[in-house]
Formats: sequence, structure tokens, C-alpha cells
Amino acid sequence: MVQTRAETADAYLDTLPPPAEFPDARGRYGRFGGQYAPETLMPALDELETAYHEARNDPAFLRKMGDLRRHYVGRPTPTYHAQALSERLGGAQIWLKREDLAHTGAHKINNALGQGLLAKRMGKPRVIAETGAGQHGVAAATVCAMLGLECIVYMGEVDIARQSLNVFRMKLLGATVVPVSSGSRTLKDALNEAIRDWVTNVRTTYYIIGTVAGMHPYPMIVRDFQAIIGQEARAQLLAQAGRLPDVVLACVGGGSNAMGMFHAFVPDVSVRLIGVEAAGRGIETGAHAASIVAGRVGVLHGSRTYVIQDADGQIMETHSISAGLDYPGVGPELAWLADADHAQYVGITDAEALEALQVLSQAEGIIPALESAHAIAHAIKIAPTLPKEAIIAVCLSGRGDKDMGTVADALGVTLT
Amino acid sequence: MSNEQRATSNETGSTRREVGKHIVTSVLMPPKGRPQSAVLTGVARISEAFARAKSAGHAAFIPYITVGHPDRETVAAVVPALIEAGADIVELGVPFSDPLADGVVIQRSTQAALANGVTLDYCLDEVRSLRRVGVTAPIVFLGYMNPIAQKGEEAFAALCAEAGVDGVIVADLPPEEAGDLRAACARHGVALIAMLAPTSTEKRIAQVAALATGFVYCVGLTGVTGARDALATDLRGYLDRVRARVSVPIAVGFGISRPEHVASVGAMADGVIVGSALVKRLDELPLAERASGAADFVRWLMGE
Ligand SMILES: Cc1ncc(COP(=O)(O)O)c(C=O)c1O
Repeated sequence: MVQTRAETADAYLDTLPPPAEFPDARGRYGRFGGQYAPETLMPALDELETAYHEARNDPAFLRKMGDLRRHYVGRPTPTYHAQALSERLGGAQIWLKREDLAHTGAHKINNALGQGLLAKRMGKPRVIAETGAGQHGVAAATVCAMLGLECIVYMGEVDIARQSLNVFRMKLLGATVVPVSSGSRTLKDALNEAIRDWVTNVRTTYYIIGTVAGMHPYPMIVRDFQAIIGQEARAQLLAQAGRLPDVVLACVGGGSNAMGMFHAFVPDVSVRLIGVEAAGRGIETGAHAASIVAGRVGVLHGSRTYVIQDADGQIMETHSISAGLDYPGVGPELAWLADADHAQYVGITDAEALEALQVLSQAEGIIPALESAHAIAHAIKIAPTLPKEAIIAVCLSGRGDKDMGTVADALGVTLT
Repeated sequence: MSNEQRATSNETGSTRREVGKHIVTSVLMPPKGRPQSAVLTGVARISEAFARAKSAGHAAFIPYITVGHPDRETVAAVVPALIEAGADIVELGVPFSDPLADGVVIQRSTQAALANGVTLDYCLDEVRSLRRVGVTAPIVFLGYMNPIAQKGEEAFAALCAEAGVDGVIVADLPPEEAGDLRAACARHGVALIAMLAPTSTEKRIAQVAALATGFVYCVGLTGVTGARDALATDLRGYLDRVRARVSVPIAVGFGISRPEHVASVGAMADGVIVGSALVKRLDELPLAERASGAADFVRWLMGE
């Protein structure tokens, strides 16, 4: 079969998606986004935007990125038809976009590689990053090791305790991990601390933010580097399943794997995009991290978006069994997709995610990250309600190795 | 003295430069229950305070404390003492859970304030109380955007004007995003005080110069708030660049913690802001000595 360029998964590796309708010139996605940043950073954000536009138009930069995507990250990642799971559920066909097979075990490497190359190009010798689950920290440390950049990772003390394996990996990769003891000591506080570092060292430092949140141009840059996920998945489904999916699912923390998965499908009106947020112990308990499902519009980390906050506008502590979803904000473009009715959002509880992790492990021999297990859980929920011909494409954003301690704890098993 | 009396006595204020355009906008949308003359208060009172300091031969001294830190009694006790000791304008920190432009000292103070139940409404109430007991010096809020956004820009500016808050500084609101708040503040005669930093380009300085009301807050160093042993070495060049374009007074803050700093910055700028050093001092003072201790600290900083 002769495939058109658009149907070949590896046709996208040396490219970045063309400029989209959003963000507009002010970094806005409808009423969301923007640049709510301290004045000290504003010139640096301008500099970053200019450097990014130059890079994306430089064939040498794109060639280098493509080369490393192929031979270092291991792209394209496969799209896999989970037949056993689909059969067991007795409804729609579930296909998994296997970001768990990318180098370092999650989609985070796509963004870290792109921004690492940008840091190098901008001549910034020092890189900082924030991390929640530790996957972005590991990805940033990995890319910095490969490119010869100094790497400092901010991580909340609570997350350090529940993701100790990733802390060790970062240190092994030569990064410095700085524990953050302020606020709720999780991802949002790590972001605050990384921004404070950037405010202080802005002239020499590149800040690799790990998700599609933060001030413009970050949500755009991270989306563009992650868009490869959906571009490949779309082409692979066309080639392997012969048609577009009916539903596309991704878990939403800050939203980078979701935005990466969704971006190529936004123009496809027949495709339903569903973002899966962390409902924690249940939305009604208040112990959750479902910003779009249960938050209100506010300003956090430089962006106007949905935020989990109290009546006075104080950001509230969130809860999720998965550190990577434990964040009170969400990328502004995902908020806009909700407003525009291009995407729906649902919540999945800790217990449902834990159950889905076990189901996928046993049905398919794939242990997903707890974050990704939220998306799997929703697929398990809706597949039986859809006809057998229907296709659900799920972004399997990462593998579960990092979560084995948490899962064992939750299941009452003691690891030695 | 009531708010209205403050406003009236202010009519004799020496600086009227900012006034004209606010009269025009305020006629279009007069705030409820306030005489029109009172609309001028915030912006004009700040200008007047700078003018008064200048004619007395010194830069305006502007201490910062966080509302509700170390406890809920602090503002009522300490603000009058700061003014008594010579403060020209007082900056009150409105706590926010995620103060990303602040160093450890102010972070801890805002966390303590939140633990003490401080809200934006409480901060406004504290200012009303200060006005009720006769405090007339300009009071400026310093905070972050989200609590303001939840209140709504228009409601927030109206409440500031009504409570007696003369100006607002928002650490995460660059001019690009400040349109709605700027318009609301203009309608209510509240100064929206813009910030500049050592990294600001000529273009950005010019942009701020065109919009500035009250004064311009020059961040004195590349970094977050917090006491430093030494001031930035390139401070004079930076302030000269700002001075060349900005016509309202310029005040410098961040890092200033010693009498030598106050003296040397005071020679280069129209105002000197001290935050973390005072916040830290308040932590060390027992409740009974907080007001007198804060006043002593201000006198020490001012070289008396
Ligand atoms: C495997 C995995 N999936 C998802 C996420 C959530 O981030 P995002 O919503 O930006 O994809 C993380 C974050 O650490 C992660 O490690």
C-alpha cells in the first residue's frame, strides 16, 4: 500500500507542528493563558519566544532534533492494539500509544529533548527544572547529561518521599536535586521554587518547564515538542486500523501528554477528545486534583486557567495517588479546549486508577504509570458502552516502575 | 479624621499632575457613596507624600509588613508606630499561598498570615480601622493577582478606594496583563504602581513610563525579595536609565536591610522600600515590644 506523507508515522520526526490559531500574539488561548510573570522575567520570556521561533525555522535544529528523536528517544513509539483487554471488556477496541517505551519511560523526554536543544542553542549553560513524579526531572537530567549542561531539579519533599527511585535516577545522571519545603511540598511548590531560581539567575539559566502550564511561551513550546505523540498516533491508526479513532483519551496533570496527544486530532470533528483528571479520594471529598472538572478560573504560575482554590483565591492543596497529576492548575490550552467544547474532562479516583493499573498489567503485560492508569481506567469504563467497531486511542504516557512502592503500599504489600 | 476629611485636606496637596485624567474618568463612573473629590485620594496622596519627603530633603521611606504576621494584632499596633518613626508611605503585604517573587522571609510571613486566617477582606478591614483611628499616610497594598482576580478587578479597586488603600502593587502583573486592573484603578483614583527590574529593556521602561501612576517600583536586584549584605553594583546605571524616561517618583526595593543601604539608595532614588529586614525584625520582637521595636528599627534604618 502506498502511503501518503501524512500517513507515515516517522514523517513528523524532523518537524514541529505549523503555527496554530492559538496562542494569539499575546500568548492567549481565548480567555486563558497570558504572561502573569514578575517584571524581571519578562525580557527573558521575550528572548525565549524569539529563540524558539528561530529554532523552529532552522533546518539544522530540526534535523538534530529528528536525529535524536529516532536514535536517542526511540521514536516513533508504537501504537498497540490491546486486543485481550478489548475482548475482555466486550466493547470498543482499545489502542495504546506507547509513550512508556520512549527513553526514560515517559513522554516527558519529548519536551526535555526539545527544550534542552533550545537551551544549548541559546548558550545557557545552566538548566533548572521542576518535577512532581520525577519523570520530567529524570528526562531533563538525561538530556542535560547528553548535551553537557548543568542540571538542577526542584522537587517537593512529599514527592521526594514517594518517588525515591526517580530521585536516585536523577542523581545518578549527574543532576542536583533540591528539596522544596515550602507550601504543600509538592509539584506547585517545586514550580514556585524553580521560578524563584529563574528570577535570580535568569541571565545564565534556562528553565525547562515540564508541562504545558506556566507563562507564555511555555505552553506553546511544550505543546509543540509533545505534538509528535498525536501526529504519530494519528498516522499509525490510519495505517494499522484503517481509520481515525472515535475517542482519544489522555490523563491530565499539567496537561503535556494530553495536549501532545490531542493537538493533531483537534481538527478532526469526528474524534471525541477526553481529558482524564485525578479525582483522588472523590471530587466530593475535596481531596482531588481535578482543576477543570472542579476548579474555578484564576491565575497560577503565570497563566490564567482553571485552578483549585478557595473563595479568597488561595491555591488549595490537592491530592492524587499519582504525584504527576497532583497539581492545582492545568495548561491554558486545555482550559480553552473545554470552553470551546472541543474536549471533555472527567475525573478518575485513586481506587479506579489502582484497579486499572492491575487490569492492564494482567490483561496485556503492560504496567502503566499511575498517571496513565487514570486514562486507562476511563477507557475501561466507557469501552463496554461502545460498539465493537469503535476505537478508543489512549495515551499510555509512561511506565509504572517508578510507582511500585506506592502501589505495593496501597495494596498492603511490604517490599524489602 | 474620616476618609472624607482626609480627602478634603488632600485637596491642598501640592502635586496635581495625575489628577486631571482621573476626574474625567471618574465622572463617567463615580464610585458609590464617595464624594467625587475623594476619588483623587490615592494617586494624589502618594504624590504628595513623595513631594513632602523631597522638600524635607530626604527620600520617602517606605516600610513593608505582611498583614497578619506575626499575628492579627500587628497592623493596628505597628503601622501607627512606623509612621510616628518617620515612614512616609506604608506597604501592606496581602498574603498569597504561592508568592513566587518572594524569598524565604516573606514567604514564611505570608504563610503565617494565612494560618492566622488573613484574607483580602481582612486586609481591607485593617486599613479601614487604621483610617478610623486617624492614620493619614498613604497605604499601598502589595500582593499577587489571583486573590484580586477572584474579587474582580472593578470590585477590588472600588473596595480599595472605599477602605482607604491608595495604591496597589501586583508582583505577577506586568503591564501587558494589567489593562483591566489599570482601568478599574483609574476609575477609582487608586494608583496601580508598576514595577521595573534590572533586566527591563529600554522599550519596557518606556512602556511603563507611559502608564505609570503613583510611583514606579524599581526592583533593586535580579532576584526575589530578601535582605542582602550588599546592594547590586550596577544600581546607579539602572536607575539612571529609568530616571531618563519616568516622570513619576521612583522607589527602590528588594535587598535593602541596613542604614548604609538606605542612605545610598536614598541618594539615587525618590523612595526606599524595606521589607524582609523589617518582617524578620517583627518575628524577633515579643508582642509587648513590637510597636516600639519596629519604630526603633525604622529610626535605625533612617540613620537617626
Ligand atoms: C507518566 C506521566 N504521565 C502523565 C504525567 C502528567 O503530566 P502531564 O499532564 O503534563 O502529561 C506525568 C507527570 O509527571 C507522568 O510522569
